[in-house]
Amino acid sequence: MKTLMLGNEAVARGLYEAGCAFVSSYPGTPSTEITEAAAKYPEIYAEWAPNEKVAMESAFGASLAGRRVFCGMKHVGLNVAADPLFTIAYTGVNGGMIIGVADDAGMHSSQNEQDSRHYAKAAKLPMLEPADSAEALAFAKLAYDLSEQFDTPVILKMCTRVSHSQSLVELGERIEHVKTYAKDPGKYIMMPGNAKRRHPIVEQRLQDLAAWAETAEINRVESGKNRKIGIITSSTSYQYVKEACGDAYPVLKLGMVWPLPEKKLRDFARSVEQLIVVEELDGFLEEHCRNLGLACTGKERFSLLDELSQNKVAGQLAQTSASGPALDAAIPNRPPVMCAGCPHRGLFYTLAKNKLTVMGDIGCYTLGAVPPLGAIDTTVCMGASVSSLHGFVKAGGKSDTVAVIGDSTFMHSGVTGLINMAYNESCGTVIILDNSITGMTGHQQNPTTGFNLKGDPCTKIDLEALCKSIGIRRVRVVDPYDLEQCDQAIQEESQAKEPSVIISRRPCALLKYVKHKAPLLADPAKCVGCKACMKIACPAISIRESKAAIDSTLCTGCGVCQQLCKFDALQTGKED
Amino acid sequence: MNTKNIMIVGVGGQGSLLASKLLGRLLITRGLDVKVSEVHGMSQRGGSVVTYVRFGEKVYSPIVDKGQADFIVSFELLEAARYTEYLKPQGKVIASLQQINPMPVITGAAEYPSGLAERMKSAGIDIDAFDALSLAEQAGSAKAVNIVLMGRLSRYFDFTLEEWMEAIAHSVPERFLAMNQKAFALGRGE
Repeated sequence: MKTLMLGNEAVARGLYEAGCAFVSSYPGTPSTEITEAAAKYPEIYAEWAPNEKVAMESAFGASLAGRRVFCGMKHVGLNVAADPLFTIAYTGVNGGMIIGVADDAGMHSSQNEQDSRHYAKAAKLPMLEPADSAEALAFAKLAYDLSEQFDTPVILKMCTRVSHSQSLVELGERIEHVKTYAKDPGKYIMMPGNAKRRHPIVEQRLQDLAAWAETAEINRVESGKNRKIGIITSSTSYQYVKEACGDAYPVLKLGMVWPLPEKKLRDFARSVEQLIVVEELDGFLEEHCRNLGLACTGKERFSLLDELSQNKVAGQLAQTSASGPALDAAIPNRPPVMCAGCPHRGLFYTLAKNKLTVMGDIGCYTLGAVPPLGAIDTTVCMGASVSSLHGFVKAGGKSDTVAVIGDSTFMHSGVTGLINMAYNESCGTVIILDNSITGMTGHQQNPTTGFNLKGDPCTKIDLEALCKSIGIRRVRVVDPYDLEQCDQAIQEESQAKEPSVIISRRPCALLKYVKHKAPLLADPAKCVGCKACMKIACPAISIRESKAAIDSTLCTGCGVCQQLCKFDALQTGKED
Repeated sequence: MNTKNIMIVGVGGQGSLLASKLLGRLLITRGLDVKVSEVHGMSQRGGSVVTYVRFGEKVYSPIVDKGQADFIVSFELLEAARYTEYLKPQGKVIASLQQINPMPVITGAAEYPSGLAERMKSAGIDIDAFDALSLAEQAGSAKAVNIVLMGRLSRYFDFTLEEWMEAIAHSVPERFLAMNQKAFALGRGE
């Protein structure tokens, strides 16, 4: 029987079967489960690196040592790792190397909608793009063969709908691949003289790969009944085309989206009356077709924005389904919220109360931007809170400005910003929201948690000692459940004439080892309906008939709301 | 057979992933092509979440689009109402009557519409709404709502009880098996 597997798990299975021995990644939706699944195979050494650049460089080192390696990240993570990417393209590899990147069209859990295919073109690297779990597994294996055959890292490009969809796969056996390392300065030392000699090799390699792509089975033409239209597509867009059109039109399904097979594209274009390119986000394939002089349409039909779907494709090429009935009622949105008991809540309440300017960062705590807390001024990318705080203060912005950054994000790239603050004698307060886990991506360990990816105890980076050793003299720890303590620390540190760090420390309320207290009890006799407790946006509190009510299935007894109630209407629950 | 489409909708954290795991197991045991599409990441934090389950001889798209759902299985009433446009003309809604206020309702910026089950009925929607939470609690855990809903869904499929039980046994930890079997039976109404 075939196995139902998530696209990301299928990539991990492909890595395993192809003899992968080393995985280093940084978590990021929708890529995270590749590395989590790979870690379950005892034959694979797998780790979380502090960031994507470190992950890619570590994977490169492991490739030099002769093993098949993988590093995984989300689309924005590839920006962080772009520096090694462009030069490992020159050195090539020893053991096969796959760079896994997962795009997030539709921004289910991302801050932008960039199209990673441009990286393959810019770095002159081959990119494979599977359309379901079976291809994810097969392409991972193929990517290693290509990597070693053409002496190149290979980018395996996923997207939310391929990463997070389960479909059927057939499992195979693992085959080990081990090479030995031999010193080769001309290949591996990229200083100008050597790199000048490597660059033409890179260009030739791209031509060789394009020639391979002409006959590769993964770039296949599927016949269709009507040659009036021919469709070029890849990845999940292919699935939408087949869903909407069946075998109505011929389809050129590209499994390798860079480099592209010129003759195959020309032959396909010639075989149909009208060429249509169906792809998500940018008109990457379309642009290439146009550069070849092939008349085609693409982005004037299919938006540059958001994901595609079978109805969006059918809207251009076939019959759409008629929508079901819409209700005659305003359906309120249900945006994500900080969980009941979330340790970030008390801290953000304090920031909002003090009306500070707050530089935000990437994590669950971005939800501190949402009303009624509304406590964040900007969010850009990993680590940007600390660096932008520095720039803001130096350029004359209010000195009582703070940065908020999670423990994992601080280790990723906040620490370099803090070094800058110390070195360039900045001002402002960096608040490290230490919830002892990488939260939003689903609870991954990081250098501050004391556990590694496999769950084994390991060296725990001491945040206080780290900040002090950088040169930050004012470092203090607060409990975000204690509003008075938070308030005092924030007021004192934000007035200081030197950079300071507050570590707001309490583990994520969703962690299994965190013991919750009994739910609070709302006393309607004491509640005057002032709604002070509503200022913290806790999903466990609502107003019913003008009185505060506690949802006992959600309340963790954290007590933050109790501290806001002047009428003693929210009482500590009795422990069982 | 034509491809069948199920949407499982609810609030992040309610347990829709287990329901889709169970369905996936059931369907591959029959030798069908199956695709299950999930949501991970930020939306899981109390947001509106959707899981798509599609099966048939050959399934291409991993998602269900408007006008295509044979079934919407909903953990929460507002979420059922949110997705009615995804129903096929003969599609059916199976909904837990549980109501969870979203943040705009909690803060008073919006109202939770009243009488949603009746409104869906009067819009011509075939809806089977029932108190799945109480049945789950009766079985032993509020967390078994997902299995109660699967029990109700099972009424509309020709899979045997043995096939469902095998899928449940495969999908839940052994120590919770008896409780989940009971939850399934209560949902199915046997």
